[in-house]
Amino acid sequence: MSMLSEVLKIDRFAVTAEFAPPKGTDMDHMRVCVRLAKGRIHAANVTDFQSAVMRISSLTACKVVMDEGVEPVIQITGRDRNRIAIQGELLSAGVLGIKNLLAVTGDHPKMGDHPNAMPVYDLDSVGILQVATTFMSGRDLEGNSLNGRIEFFPGAAVSPTRQTMMPQIMKMRKKITAGARFFQTQAVFDLDLLREFRRLTTPFDVPVLAGIVLLKSAGMARFMNRAIPGVEIPEGIIARMDRFVGKERMNEGIRLAGEMIRTIRDENLADGVHIMAIGAEERLGQILDEAGL
Amino acid sequence: MIITEQKSGEDLFALLGSARRVVLLGCSECATICKTGGTEQLLEFEKKLKTRGLEVSARCVLNPACNAQVVKKALKGIREELAGADAIVSFSCGDGTQTVAKLVGQMEHTFHIPVYPGNDTLFLGETTRAGEYVEACRACGRCELGWTGGICPVTCCAKGLLNGPCGGAKGRQCEVNADEECVWLRICDRLAAIGQLDNLLEIRPPRDYLKNVHPRRHVLESRRSADRLKEARAKEGQDAK
Repeated sequence: MSMLSEVLKIDRFAVTAEFAPPKGTDMDHMRVCVRLAKGRIHAANVTDFQSAVMRISSLTACKVVMDEGVEPVIQITGRDRNRIAIQGELLSAGVLGIKNLLAVTGDHPKMGDHPNAMPVYDLDSVGILQVATTFMSGRDLEGNSLNGRIEFFPGAAVSPTRQTMMPQIMKMRKKITAGARFFQTQAVFDLDLLREFRRLTTPFDVPVLAGIVLLKSAGMARFMNRAIPGVEIPEGIIARMDRFVGKERMNEGIRLAGEMIRTIRDENLADGVHIMAIGAEERLGQILDEAGL
Repeated sequence: MIITEQKSGEDLFALLGSARRVVLLGCSECATICKTGGTEQLLEFEKKLKTRGLEVSARCVLNPACNAQVVKKALKGIREELAGADAIVSFSCGDGTQTVAKLVGQMEHTFHIPVYPGNDTLFLGETTRAGEYVEACRACGRCELGWTGGICPVTCCAKGLLNGPCGGAKGRQCEVNADEECVWLRICDRLAAIGQLDNLLEIRPPRDYLKNVHPRRHVLESRRSADRLKEARAKEGQDAK
C-alpha cells in the first residue's frame, strides 16, 4: 500500500505538496526541492503538463521523486492522450511502483503554450479512474486480461465554489463510484466555503485534502480571483497581503498558509492538505513550520 | 445548416494561380443563407476577378450543390462554357465542393479542370439572428440530447465532456471561452427544471469512435431493399438465360 493511503486510513493529517516538472531536461532544482521536503510530506504530487504547458511528463518526474526517497502521486490528464496511451502510461507507472494516482481532465490546450494543439479528452477524469479500477481487477478497459498485478490508490480533484457546489458534488459522487479513494480540492482561501463543503461531503466517507496555495502578493491574489477558475480569495486576505512590500509579502503568504493549515487541522475541515507553492517549493518547510506540522 | 465562410480574395487568387477563364458555382441552400454562395456573392467575386483581368465564362447556383444528380445535370447544362475554362471555383460547403469535384473529374469534357473551394466550412449550426450562427451539432453519430435536457455537451463543452463539469468555470463562464456559459451549468439548470437531475449521476462511458471511422456512409433500409430486389431480378434473368 502507499504511505499516503495508510496515513489517511489511520486518520492522520496528511500532507502532500505539488511539484511541477521542469521545461527542459535539467532536474537539479526539482531534486533539491524534493530533498528539502523529504520527511516532511507524505507524498510529492507531480503535475502532468500543468496548465497545458509542454514539459517533462509526470511519469519521469515521479521516478526522479522516488529516486530521492519520496513517495510520488502521479497526475494523469485526459487532455493529451487517448485511452490507449493513458492505459499504457498507467501500466508504466505500475512497473515503476507508483501507487498514488490523481486523475484529472486537464486544462484546455488553449490555456497553455501550444494553444493550437488538438484537445484529446478521449477519457475524462471519471474514465481515468475507471482505468485504475479495472486495472486492479486485472483487466484493461476492453476487458482484456493483464499480465502481472497492479495496485493503485486513485484520487481525483474537486473544485468547490459557491456557484458550482451542486454540480461539483454530483461529479464528486460519480468519481467515487468510478474508484476515487481520496480527493484534493482547488486552492481554498474561504474557510466558510470549506466548512460548507465539509458538511456536504462528510457522508461520502472519502478523505479530502484541502488545496493550499502559497500567496506571494496581493497582486497574485487579485490575478487568481480574476483568472483562475474555482478560486475565490476573500477581500480580507487581499487587504492583509496589501499591507506588505518586498520580501515581507512572501513571508506573510507563508504565515497565512500556515494559519490556514492549522485551522483546517484543528477544526477538522479536511483530512489533510495539498500544498501548491507554485515555483517556491523550497519554502515548503517554512509553511509546515508555521502550520506546526 | 452547414455554416460556411468565404475564403479571402488573396487565398482564392493564390489557388487560381495562372488560370484565366473561370466558372463560378454556388449553392442555393446553406451557402446562400450564409451569404457565401448565392447569386449576389458570385457576382461580387466575378467583379473582383474582372479587375484582375480574369474572365468568368459561366456562373451557376446549384440547387443544391450536395446532390450528385442535380450537379451532373447542371454541369451538362453549361457544357460549352466549361469546355474552355481553366478552373472552377465552388462557393458551397466542403460537401458540395467535393460533389462538384468528383463529377467534374468523371465527365469527359471536364475531367482536366481543377475545382477549388471558395469557402471554408465551419460547422453545423443554427441561425441565432440574421448573420449570426452558433455551432449546435458535431454530427458525432450518437445523440446524447435525450439525457442532457436537450443541450449538447459534445458540441457546447469546449472539452466535449460527458460526465459533468470539469471545474474550469469562472463564475458561470467557461474558462476556455469567456463568452460562453459553462454548458454543464446550463444542463444542470435544465435537468433540475424537468426533474431529471439524477441523469447526472450515471457514469457515461467513453465515446465509441468506431462509429466515426471516416468517411462515414449511411444507406436507408428502403434503398438497401430496392438494391436487393434489383440484384435478385438480375440473377433471375441470368438463370433464365
